[in-house]
Amino acid sequence: MSTRQFGARVKRNADPELLRGEGCFTDDIPLHGALHAAFVRSPFARAKILEIDVTEAVELEGVIAVYTCDDIGHLDQELPLLIPHDCMTDARTARPLARDDVYYVGQPVVMVVAINRYIAEDALLLIDIDYDPLEVEMGLEAAAMDGAPLVHDTHPNNVAADFTQISGDPSAAMQDADHVTRITVRVDRSTASALEARAVAAQFDHVSGQLTVWDGTQAPLAVRGGIASLFGLDEDKVRVIAPNVGGGFGQKIMFPHSDEVLVPLAAMTLGRPVKYIEDRRENFIGSNQERTQIHHMELFAKKTGEIIALRDNFLHDTGAFIPYGIAVPQVASTSIAGPYRIPNIEVSFKAIYTPATPVSPYRGCGRPHACFAIERAIDQLADELGMDRMEIRRINLIADDEFPYERDGLIFADGLKVIQDSGQYTKALEMVRAKIGWDGFAEKQKAAQAEGRYLGMGLAFYVEGTGLGPYEGGHIKIHPITGKAYVNTGLTSQGQGHETVFAQIVSDQLGIAVEDVIVVEGDSGAFDWGVATFASRAAVCSGNAIHKTAIKVRKKIIEAAANMLEADLSEIELEDGYALVAGTNRKVALSAVATATNPLRYAFNEAAKAATQFAPASRHDGPALAEGQQPGLEDTDFFSPDCATWAYGVHAAIVEIDPVTCKVDFHKYVCIHDCGNMINPTIVEGQVLGGFAQGIAGALYEKIEFDEDGNPINASFVDFLIPYATEIPSIEIHHLETPAPNNPLGVKGVGEAGCIAVGATVASGIQDAMKHKSNAVFRQTPITPSMIHEGLFKTSS
Amino acid sequence: MKYKPNIQKIIPNESTDSKNMITFKVNGLEISRSVSTRLHLADFLRHEIGLTGTHVGCEHGVCGACTILLNGQAVRSCLTFAVQADGAEIHTIESEAEDDGTLSVLQQAFEDCHGLQCGFCTPGMIMNIRSYFNSNEKLDLSDDGIREIISGNLCRCTGYANIVSAVRQAAKQLGKG
Ligand code: FES
Ligand code: FES
Repeated sequence: MSTRQFGARVKRNADPELLRGEGCFTDDIPLHGALHAAFVRSPFARAKILEIDVTEAVELEGVIAVYTCDDIGHLDQELPLLIPHDCMTDARTARPLARDDVYYVGQPVVMVVAINRYIAEDALLLIDIDYDPLEVEMGLEAAAMDGAPLVHDTHPNNVAADFTQISGDPSAAMQDADHVTRITVRVDRSTASALEARAVAAQFDHVSGQLTVWDGTQAPLAVRGGIASLFGLDEDKVRVIAPNVGGGFGQKIMFPHSDEVLVPLAAMTLGRPVKYIEDRRENFIGSNQERTQIHHMELFAKKTGEIIALRDNFLHDTGAFIPYGIAVPQVASTSIAGPYRIPNIEVSFKAIYTPATPVSPYRGCGRPHACFAIERAIDQLADELGMDRMEIRRINLIADDEFPYERDGLIFADGLKVIQDSGQYTKALEMVRAKIGWDGFAEKQKAAQAEGRYLGMGLAFYVEGTGLGPYEGGHIKIHPITGKAYVNTGLTSQGQGHETVFAQIVSDQLGIAVEDVIVVEGDSGAFDWGVATFASRAAVCSGNAIHKTAIKVRKKIIEAAANMLEADLSEIELEDGYALVAGTNRKVALSAVATATNPLRYAFNEAAKAATQFAPASRHDGPALAEGQQPGLEDTDFFSPDCATWAYGVHAAIVEIDPVTCKVDFHKYVCIHDCGNMINPTIVEGQVLGGFAQGIAGALYEKIEFDEDGNPINASFVDFLIPYATEIPSIEIHHLETPAPNNPLGVKGVGEAGCIAVGATVASGIQDAMKHKSNAVFRQTPITPSMIHEGLFKTSS
Repeated sequence: MKYKPNIQKIIPNESTDSKNMITFKVNGLEISRSVSTRLHLADFLRHEIGLTGTHVGCEHGVCGACTILLNGQAVRSCLTFAVQADGAEIHTIESEAEDDGTLSVLQQAFEDCHGLQCGFCTPGMIMNIRSYFNSNEKLDLSDDGIREIISGNLCRCTGYANIVSAVRQAAKQLGKG
């Protein structure tokens, strides 16, 4: 065990079970006699409900209960505003089941519970609802105009939030500019599309009063808090477990979706376990989405290319409700200057209600939008000043010795200052220059053009504030029988490999093999202090909490083992599950140490014998447990970051456009990224690769489309184009490791990184590929073949 | 609101759907069951006989998560009625490893190459690849060739690159290239 596990390419503890099909996702949990829920959802984007008639459905054989808003008691209320902020007035959130009004296609109106899902769906068809459809405006800009139909009468111009942040003295700086670049960019609505849609199952034990909820969520502890308070139950009577979860990507951080409160309600009132397993269409129309923003950005620059001020004004589509507050636009605002020094910033946004599925974070959470805006703007500035795109970036990057770089006046999504803590931005840029072959590219491009081909180079830099607070905890216990370490933390995994990276951290401190460190997360019954998995924070927050705990447990082991082995503290080493005296063959297994530190009365096995009251080893003066001493080898600690830690990276791509099919071909795609010290490079690369694929999806394929009445028209995997392997190009990943200065492990988050810069890189490449023939600009994602086709025929001036 | 059960209704354990008797082999074991005519095969496998390794990602035949082998062919069990499998021989992900849990060469390659993250798409991926491995054709192990092989399965986590490596590693080891 002497090799350090931190930094090693350790295989994942979770894999064998998942590979054998033994994973346990919410719908895999065998709940005897479980009933199944299904929802009638609004077919209108905005309408008054005139009448709901459920009589036929109630009579259908196999239907157990039908709920409208009148049947759910005090749960018939607007659900909580999760992240309040002063810039929202009277923020609107949804009710579990619509009352009087519906606000988007897909909003739950009636819940049916039946003995199986087939019958529940039959019953949906028997429910008769009379609607009076109202006028809608689906366009984001149009929705904010005077006279646009209102989603909520309470909110003129559909403005849900209006917020401006200022750093430095932008108005003064703007006066000094030699040149101003103005650009409008747009990112379209998408959805997380985890392969497992959302799922909730609940069981209520009337004897103990315990409600158990299995929820494919990223935030089991938050769900528990929400359910306990909505139902007026003691938190300890509600156990929320996130079992295996088939991907999250942000959609599963939002809670409560209606089903997360109504399924428990049904389980409690019907006396049977109840399941709701969302189908794909429901996921497309009913579960939160993200992405539409329109940015109007201005860069104020000197002739040299130095950018002295930035003004960005953007609209953010929050959908019909704003339950998650302004998290997404706030992250976009505070990431808007990217890796660049730009000392003067004015950034403001309006969040706009639209009659569409509500918005909460999806992987990237505002960062892809900010990156797209600033990177497209910088490309354009370079063009206008006749500068090289690489060079203009280089001169504006925050230099290594300027860290920590504070953007005074900007407040990040964690309520703390924006301080870009560390990095080697210039080195990253130089690396990408070399790896993509920037310097020789112009000739290659010329040669290709001479053959009538469209070859282009795309480039984009991104930053990502990661590891947001408030805190996470770690609990470690060495089991006396097996000597294995059990580790708990409050957040949960959706495939990121926490169980392995946390085990590596513990392994290094305790000398226990990685596979003998059993990480249990996502179960409020196991450990219930913590927050959730979002904002690329698991490695930073839980990782450091577990690290701190492991150091404490290590100390306990060494003290106990020194006592047992009659050695000095300094002589004890921990290796391969043993505590040993350095340079000798005297050693004791950690299981024995764990047993011995727990004074026993009963000898249930050989090791326990040594810990019983009359055994020689446990003779002491005074009580078996000294004052202040705790039995066993166990401890808990917490980590609360003083501010986010900023990861970053740079992408470059050589693309070729087929002028006939308008397909974009990737000759080479390079990603340089820096997430601080890497706990497990294989897992880091996996995160980057997965994020990258979602980035390609957003750049070229995925867009939730509505017709003008607000009906989603591509709400299936047939029409919403998630890329298969054949659409995702190969990518070269290169690591840089700048340790984070503000946490003990020096780690930064990487969960979202991969997707952030892809849209900007691809747009930049496509525009470059046709600039010799056309003056088309690409300022919107996804970029469809039709947009490319149209671009090819925009004659150059 | 009190959280007491209402006066209990009689809750039937089974639907009154029309049923058919079917007999087939699943992972080598012969099974006879009376199944609801409209039950799809994935639901049957998962909920009636407890083989929850087969996953359901879309129920409209696009994601491939529900892929199983039916008479050796890769088939989407969400688009197949259980009654259609009458008389067939079915293999699911649960048949892929050895009885003692030892991973197959293909599964091992997925582990070695970090070819899975959440693991939800994985059983369908593996069964699809298995159908190629079981056929006698020589496989094109170029990047494009492998991407073609797995092009019927969506994965939202991995970005596919590591799955491509896993397929290549296993195919080489099994002499499929
Ligand atoms: S669940 Fe069968 S193809 Fe998606
Ligand atoms: S590993 Fe999660 S969908 Fe493929």
